[in-house]
Amino acid sequence: MENAANATNHALIHDPSTYLIEKEPYYVPVGNEITLFEAAYANHLPLLLKGPTGCGKTRFMEYMAWRLRRPMITVSCHDDLTTSDLVGRYLVKNGETVWVDGPLTRAVRSGGICYLDEIVEARKDTMVVIHPLADDRRIMPIEKLGQLLEAPDSFCLAISYNPGYQSVLKELKQSTRQRFVAIEFDYPKPALEREIIMHETGLAPAVTDKLLKLAEMTRNLKDNGLEEGASTRLLVHAGKLISKGVEPRAACQGAIALALTDDSDMIAAINELIGALF
Amino acid sequence: MKATEQPYAYATLLERLEELYEVEFTWLKVEQLVAGLVNLDRNTQDFILGWAERLLTTNVYISHEFIIRVVEALDRLERRVIEAWAVHAADTFDQQGLRPALAVIQQVDSFLESAHAHAEGVAFDEVESILSTFVCGLSGRRLKLAQGESVYTDSETLYLPNITAKLVKSKDNFLLCKAQVAFMWAQTRFGSFRVDFATAFADYPDRQQALAAFHALDTLRLEAYIERELPGLWRDMQHLENLYDETSCPSPDKGRLGGVSLRLQSPNATINDVLALIPEVLGQSFPPRIYQPRLNPEAVTACMLARMEREKILLRVKLAELVKEHKEETPPDLPLSGEEEEKKEVAPPEFEMREVQEGQGMELVLDDKPIAPPEDVKQLLTSIMLDWGDVPPEFLVPAGDGEYDPSLYQKEEKDIEDVWKGIYHEEGAFLYREWDFARQHYRKNWCVLRELELPPGDPAYVDKVLDKYQGMIKHLRRTFEAMRDENRLLKRQSQGDDVDIDALVEALADSRDGSEMSDKLFQHMHRADRSMAVMFMVDMSGSTKGWINDAEREALVMLCEVLEKLGDSYAIYGFSGIGRKRCEIYRIKAFDDLYNSATKARIAGIVPKDYTRLGVAIRHLTEKLNTVEAKTRLLITLSDGKPEDYFDIYNTQYGIEDTRQALFEARRTGIHPFCITIDQRGKDYLPHMYGHANWVEIDDVKKLPLKVADIYRRLTS
Ligand SMILES: Nc1ncnc2c1ncn2[C@@H]1O[C@H](COP(=O)(O)OP(=O)(O)O)[C@@H](O)[C@H]1O
Ligand SMILES: [Mg+2]
Repeated sequence: MENAANATNHALIHDPSTYLIEKEPYYVPVGNEITLFEAAYANHLPLLLKGPTGCGKTRFMEYMAWRLRRPMITVSCHDDLTTSDLVGRYLVKNGETVWVDGPLTRAVRSGGICYLDEIVEARKDTMVVIHPLADDRRIMPIEKLGQLLEAPDSFCLAISYNPGYQSVLKELKQSTRQRFVAIEFDYPKPALEREIIMHETGLAPAVTDKLLKLAEMTRNLKDNGLEEGASTRLLVHAGKLISKGVEPRAACQGAIALALTDDSDMIAAINELIGALF
Repeated sequence: MKATEQPYAYATLLERLEELYEVEFTWLKVEQLVAGLVNLDRNTQDFILGWAERLLTTNVYISHEFIIRVVEALDRLERRVIEAWAVHAADTFDQQGLRPALAVIQQVDSFLESAHAHAEGVAFDEVESILSTFVCGLSGRRLKLAQGESVYTDSETLYLPNITAKLVKSKDNFLLCKAQVAFMWAQTRFGSFRVDFATAFADYPDRQQALAAFHALDTLRLEAYIERELPGLWRDMQHLENLYDETSCPSPDKGRLGGVSLRLQSPNATINDVLALIPEVLGQSFPPRIYQPRLNPEAVTACMLARMEREKILLRVKLAELVKEHKEETPPDLPLSGEEEEKKEVAPPEFEMREVQEGQGMELVLDDKPIAPPEDVKQLLTSIMLDWGDVPPEFLVPAGDGEYDPSLYQKEEKDIEDVWKGIYHEEGAFLYREWDFARQHYRKNWCVLRELELPPGDPAYVDKVLDKYQGMIKHLRRTFEAMRDENRLLKRQSQGDDVDIDALVEALADSRDGSEMSDKLFQHMHRADRSMAVMFMVDMSGSTKGWINDAEREALVMLCEVLEKLGDSYAIYGFSGIGRKRCEIYRIKAFDDLYNSATKARIAGIVPKDYTRLGVAIRHLTEKLNTVEAKTRLLITLSDGKPEDYFDIYNTQYGIEDTRQALFEARRTGIHPFCITIDQRGKDYLPHMYGHANWVEIDDVKKLPLKVADIYRRLTS
C-alpha cells in the first residue's frame, strides 16, 4: 500500500478494536466476492476465504472492513496458539491480577471484524472456541470470567484457509468448515493482475508483462516440484524492487525464485526461466 | 602424491587384469589392454583400473571394452566426461542389454569427432533435472527429456545426447543444451509440426533438399518468436552462435535469406508461410545454427498421428466425466414438473471453446457457462490446440456410456524405465535413487527394492526371552512409564490459563511485607501431545549371524514390551539383499500391526540373510515413517557394521557416502535418525554418517532398551 501521505519515522499507535481504516484500500474485485461478503454479513453468517497464499485475501478483508466501516482484528494462526491467546487471560499489574481480553473477545465486544488468517495452522483444540460464534447462536463463553458474550449484529467472523497444501494434517475439519460461507480466491486473471502490479509498483507495462509471464511459468511448475507458483504478492515484491532500480533478474531471483523453494535444482531452473525472459 | 608413485609394471598389470577378468574362465585377452596401460602414469592407471572395476560389477565385457577404448580417448576428454561415458554405458546395459551398451562404448570414436578437444563437456544427467523443470515452466504441452543419439524431438520427447561437448567451457555447453531444449520447445509450441510431412513435399523432386529449406526457413521464424518471447534466451543463443563461428568456419552469409527472413519474422508468420517460401530458397545451402536440432519428420509424424487419435477420444471421455461431476455438484434446486424434467434430460450437454477476451486465450464453456476444467483436461486441451490449431467441434462431444475402449486412449507406455521394470523386475518393486559421491549426483532408479514377508519363527521364543530377562524388563517398564507424557498442571508459571491461587496469596503477603512480588502467579495445563513414531530398522545381513542376531531379537522383544506401555506408534522392519537390484525389506511389525502372536513369531523369525545396502533401506523406511501422523519421528538403525554389498562399490567410501546422503534426506523431512551398533568397528565411520551425537555403540543387549530410553528423553524433554 502506498502511504507516502503520512510518511513518518514513528509507528502510529492504534487500538485495533476501534481503529477504522480511513483511506480506501486498493482492491480490484475479481468476481462477485464483494456482493457475497455483504450478503453473508447482512445475514450474520461467518465467512471462509479459500485460496492460495498471496492472492489478495488479506487485502480483500481490509477493503471490506473499510467498506463496512468496521474495525478489524487480524490473528495469524500458528501451532502454539492457545484458546487463551484468542479469548484472554489474567495478567498481573501492580500487584493485582487483571483480566485482559484476547483479540477475538475484543472483536466481539466492539462489534468488529475478526479475521483468523491461515486457520489450519492453529491447534485443532483451539479452534473449537470459534464454533459457538460461528453458528446462529453467535455467542462466546468466557469460562474464566463466567461470562457469555452475545455478539452484536455488526460482529463478523472470517477465517482463511489454503486448500493447496497436500497434507492431511492441514485440512480443515468438516465440523469447522460447514459453519462458514465460502468464498473462493485464486490468482487474479492476467489482465487484472497486470493492473494490480502496475498500481502497486508503478512499473511500466513491458516489465509488468514479463513478471506476468514468469508467474505463469512458475505456476506451470505447481505439482512438478513446486508446491505453489508465484503469488501476486511475490510479483508485487519483485516489481517493487525493480522499480527501485534493482536489476530485474536479481530482483526476480531474490523475490521469487528463493521465496518459492529451497531446492537448489529448482532454484536453478527458475533462474534459467528468469534468465530466458529478461 | 599418487602421480609421483611409480607406474605399475607390465607384469603387475598383467596379473591384475588376468585376475580381474578371470581369464581362465572368460577367455578374455588382456595383453592388448596391458600394452595400452603400461605407458601411462600411475594416477591415470589407477583411474582407469578403478572404473574398469566399477564397470565389472555391471558386466565383464563392458569393462573389458572400456579399457580398450579409453586409452585413445584419454587426451581428448576430461576425466569427468569419461566417467559420464562409462556410467552411460552401464545405464544402457541395465536398460537395454549388452549389445546397445557395447555400442555406447564403441561409439566413443564418433563422439570424439564431434567433441571439442579438451572440452569441458556436460553430461545429460547433469542437465536433465534443471532443463526438465525449465521446459515444464514454458507453456504448452508437457515435454519429456531423454537421451538419444542426436538432438531432435518427436513432438513429445526432446532428445539430447549423452554428452554435449561442442564448446570449450562447461557453462557454454550447458547453455547450448538449454538453447536446444528451448528451440525444440518452440517447434512444438509454434506449430512447426502442423504440416503433413507425407504430402507437403511431394511436388519437390528432391525431398531432402526441400526439407532442408523448410527447416532453415522455419528456424528463422522460430528465432523471431524466441526473440519476442524469451529475449534473455535469445541473447544467449546469439552468444553461442558467435562462439561457434569462432571455433568452426564462420558461416558464409547468414543474411542471404534477407528478403524472406523479414516475412518470417512477422508475429503473424505461420508454418504455411514457411511452406510457401520454400521455392524461393530451394537449392541454397543453409549453414546450421549450433543449437539447431535435427528435423526428424518420420518420428514426428508417427508420434503425432498416434497422439491426435488418442487425445480426441480421451478428451471426449474426460468431458463426459466432467458432465457427470457437474450434475452431481449442482442438483436442480427448483422442483421441476415432470415434463420439464424430461426435457432437461434429453438436452445433451454442450461444450464450446470460447475466447476469453482479446488475446487472453480460450476457455471451456459448458451450456453457456464457463467452467474451470481440472488440470489434466487443461493440458489435454492445450495439446490438442497445438496439434490442430484449435479444438475441432467433434472433439467437444462427450463420449457416450461405454462408447470407447480404454485401450484406445490409454497410452501404451514406451518409457524406457517402464520397459525396464517389465523386463527385469516383477511388479510391486520400488525404485530408489542412490548417491554417487565421486560424481556428486544421484543415480536415478538405481536400486530395486521389494517388501517381502518374513516366515514366522518359533512362537514360544518371545516368552523365553521374557523369562530370561524378567527383572530387567520390570526395570525398563518403570523407566519408560516415567517418561509417559500426561496432562499435568504446571504451577507457578509466569503465564497461564488460570491464576494460581496459592502463589497469588503468597505473593500478596510478600508485597505487604515490602518484599518483591513474584510474577509467577499462574497455572498452566500442559497438554500431552508428545506424539512420537519410531521406526526400527534391523540389520539382517549375513554378518549378524551368531550372537549379534540373538542380541537384536532379544532387544526387540524388550523394546516392544516397553513401547507397548508408552503407547507411541512404532514399527519394525528388517533389511538385507544382494546387489542393487535385489534390495529387500522384511515387515516385522508395521505401524498398524498389533503386538500379537503373529508379530512375536516374526520377531523370532529374524534370521541373518545377505548384505547391507543401507541407503536404499533408509530411503524406503523414511517414506513409510513419513506417512504416520506424529510430532516427532525417529528412525533407529540396529546394525552390526558398515554398509556393504556383494562384490560392489558399496563396500567402499561410496556406500558410506550414500548412507550419509540418505540420512541427510531423511533429516530434511524432519526425521531424527539414530544408529545403535553392536560392533566395535563403528567408531570410524558412524560419526560421519549419523553425526557425532546420533549413534551409540553397545556391547551388551541389556543396554539397548536403556539407550532407546535415552534417545527418547533427549527428543522429548
Ligand atoms: N484483487 C486485488 N486487488 C488489489 N491488490 C491485490 C489483489 N490481489 C492481490 N493483490 C496484491 O497482492 C498482495 C498480497 O495479497 P494478500 O492479500 O496479502 O494475500 P493473502 O492474504 O491471500 O495471502 C497484496 O498486498 C496486493 O498488493
Ligand atoms: Mg495474508
